[in-house]
Amino acid sequence: MSASDSAGGMPVTFPQYLLLNAERYAGRPAMRFKDLGIWQTWSWAEQRDEVRDFALGLRALGLREGERIAIVGTNRPRLYWAFAAAQSLKAVPVPVYSDAVAEELAFVLANAGVRFAVVEDQEQVDKVRSMAERLPGLEQVIYDEPRGLRDYDHAALRHFADVQHLGREAIAADAAVLESWTEGVRASDGSEVSAILYTSGTTGQSKGVVLTAARSVRAAESTANFDRLTADDEVLAYLPLAWVGDHYLNYAQAYVSGLCMSCPESPETVAENLREVGPSFYFAPPRVFEGLLTSVMIRMEDAGPIKKRLFKHYLAVAKKYGEAVLEGRSVPLRGRIAYALGDLLIYGPLRNILGFSRIRVAYTAGEAIGPDLFSFFRSLGVNLKQLYGQTEAFLYVTCQEDGAVRADTVGPAAPDVEIRLSDSGEVQFRSPGMFTGYYNAEEKSREVLTEDGFIKTGDAGVFDADGHLKIIDRAKDVGKLRNGALFAPKYIENKLKFFPDVKEVVAFGDDRDSVCVFLNIDLTAVGNWAERNNISYASYQELAGLPRVYEMMREHVTQVNRDLAQEPSMAGAQIRRFLVLHKELDADDGEVTRTQKVRRGFVAERYAPLIEALYDGSSEKYVETEVTFEDGRKGLIKATVKIADAETFETAQPVREAAE
Amino acid sequence: MNSPAAHFSLHGRDDGLNPGDVLLDVRNVSLAFGGVKAITDISFDIRKGEIRAIIGPNGAGKTSMLNVINGFYHPQQGTISFRGEARRRMQPHAAAASGIARTFQNVALFKGMSTLDNIMSGRTLKMHRNFFWQLLHVGPARDEEIANRRKVEEIIDFLEIQHIRKTPVGKLPYGLQKRVELGRALAMEPDLLLLDEPMAGMNLEEKEDMSRFILDVNDQFGTTIALIEHDMGVVMDISDRVVVLDYGRKIGDGTPDEVKNNRDVIDAYLGVPH
Repeated sequence: MSASDSAGGMPVTFPQYLLLNAERYAGRPAMRFKDLGIWQTWSWAEQRDEVRDFALGLRALGLREGERIAIVGTNRPRLYWAFAAAQSLKAVPVPVYSDAVAEELAFVLANAGVRFAVVEDQEQVDKVRSMAERLPGLEQVIYDEPRGLRDYDHAALRHFADVQHLGREAIAADAAVLESWTEGVRASDGSEVSAILYTSGTTGQSKGVVLTAARSVRAAESTANFDRLTADDEVLAYLPLAWVGDHYLNYAQAYVSGLCMSCPESPETVAENLREVGPSFYFAPPRVFEGLLTSVMIRMEDAGPIKKRLFKHYLAVAKKYGEAVLEGRSVPLRGRIAYALGDLLIYGPLRNILGFSRIRVAYTAGEAIGPDLFSFFRSLGVNLKQLYGQTEAFLYVTCQEDGAVRADTVGPAAPDVEIRLSDSGEVQFRSPGMFTGYYNAEEKSREVLTEDGFIKTGDAGVFDADGHLKIIDRAKDVGKLRNGALFAPKYIENKLKFFPDVKEVVAFGDDRDSVCVFLNIDLTAVGNWAERNNISYASYQELAGLPRVYEMMREHVTQVNRDLAQEPSMAGAQIRRFLVLHKELDADDGEVTRTQKVRRGFVAERYAPLIEALYDGSSEKYVETEVTFEDGRKGLIKATVKIADAETFETAQPVREAAE
Repeated sequence: MNSPAAHFSLHGRDDGLNPGDVLLDVRNVSLAFGGVKAITDISFDIRKGEIRAIIGPNGAGKTSMLNVINGFYHPQQGTISFRGEARRRMQPHAAAASGIARTFQNVALFKGMSTLDNIMSGRTLKMHRNFFWQLLHVGPARDEEIANRRKVEEIIDFLEIQHIRKTPVGKLPYGLQKRVELGRALAMEPDLLLLDEPMAGMNLEEKEDMSRFILDVNDQFGTTIALIEHDMGVVMDISDRVVVLDYGRKIGDGTPDEVKNNRDVIDAYLGVPH
């Protein structure tokens, strides 16, 4: 039964859905949490009671409509209940990342002007208390985990259960309290603010994204319908509580569809809990899938020869037929039989080990995912799809439909979302769940909203022939070649970085005649390759300069050019020349940030002679580069870097044949 | 589900003592191995509910002292009273049964067994059904195991080691093994917990974690703790009182501040000739 079947006073807030679910799914599981080694379960009716008791406790403590209440911690049932409890009083939950340092935490709490805070444990209590003078408005702190807090001054500090007890006392004293709470929830028209989610603030100070109830509910309903989520579905809530993805995928979709949310025992046990729960809906950023693939491959290296051969054989079968089987396309009988056998012997057990046995829908988002990585999981029978979202949209902007999945796009507009590209190529959208503005930051809201009510994403994108959106780069990084062709450095760099032996890429081309790139080889991968091929080398520098390495890189660049030629909007930005850098880009030298993001401007300045050589046609260039060693000493690397030309392709369909 | 605090009770037995009363009294104890005097005429006490540190340079007799309290060594002279009862000769298992648990300087766990089983082994003394009952695993024996497993799970939760519940301890990094060993000692629900260099070989972060666990054990279960430790920063931070040994003699006793300013202690640590 889907959410929309409940029409006849359709709920417009999450607490209204809570009441509805407590009736229609009364005995069905709503929440699980592994405590003392045993999975504990709460039904929807029990969850309603937990939420209600806490809400009435909060009311007894003085929480009023419109006031903000911070929620800080990892994924625990009580923190999720705090969301619904606050919303049932029309107070506004403001989740904060549990790993935020005290200053960041204080910034959000002060910016949102919270009066109450529900926090996980002593660590969070300590953080809040250390910032007490910056938070004069904060009156009550409520904690979930009492350990270590016994000797704290409890004047403004309470245990979650004690607040619930206050709520139950209020009910016992006057039964009308219960009525009035239910009435209050029912009476809402959904126009109130349902949450303020703070952006992570990678680009400056974080901003509070104000979301309203009815819009949030509508957004969640439309995507829950899109993926046909029902009360039979299960999710494991392991993503940061304060992140829009978790709030949307686990909380919002759970309430509108009645699915069951499980909370892991601790952040370290997620992989194990995933296996135990076996979710049917799953989300993870690309790097999680990458980590899983690596761990599978490493463990297979240690397996016996027979297992290894089986694994290799059936992986090849999966690669050939897997995605077609998943998408229900026509597959020859031989392929079907081989795949079914592989499923029995390899794919099934592998999915089971990863906790993916019951996955019906899985999503990834956040950054570009390598096509091989993406296909690997899909060919195993995991219905992995991509979406593109923003906090300002209350997540979904685009998402892929079953059967229309591709590695290089993020899909067409999500249900009820309008997308357009501005003249500069920036993606703009209008969506059912979109925010009403940034909290206490009118000016910033105006910067992001267009006059006709679209939101500017700051991302540059293009539509392909089927209307699927491709995110190519941050809008401010996208430039143009002198001949007017679009130049999206990150798009080109990512395509090259998907090759496992390429570690880092820097592309140049803005306001130049053609695109040229610096490549960094991946020492582990290329070193491994050299070992297997009996190629000796004494240093990174020597390895990077080997003709056979250049040959390998040339193949990669050619492949990327071939791909680019297939895309009308990108074909002009094919790579003309490239070089393999003689040193690894390093954070100690300031070439990349500590989070391994290339500092384009700095690199361009530092290696100006090399860039010059890329564009003046010379075939090699002598350079001296200052480097910082791990112990802080400085040194000089001298090298003659070779520059190679790359094959480029015509922008046309028969390109593929021509290239053979 | 109840609040975690409600079912959390790993306190030792109710022995009628109030916090601050003397739990263990060491009077004029001397211990010699042949001609080597390990401990000479040492007296001090451990009060209920406190964290008591025993410090001193290498070879000062700290571990010997712990072994005496633990019943592993038998002093030639002096008395030891536990809960007001004097004892002269005692075996370690009797000490354990009377409510004294310990951890070791070099981890002494069953390497091939999981974290869970290692901590379960700390419950041996709390298991009363005989081997045949346990073999059958029905009725009372089963109930008993469930009750004990629950206690062990509480400890696992308390020490935040859920993720290694089923991992053989031999595979764990040293810092975690130390934590498992603490868990096994806690499983005995001791009145007095002896920790022999709980932070040896740990990095700063592991030391901070361990300090927090020791303080939390003391705070939450009211367990009296006596610990030997080399890291002065840690000792001064977490102990209520410190006794200082040097060459088998007691040279200082008092709060961390008093000990820090004690001339003999400073000399012993800075190496002034005697």
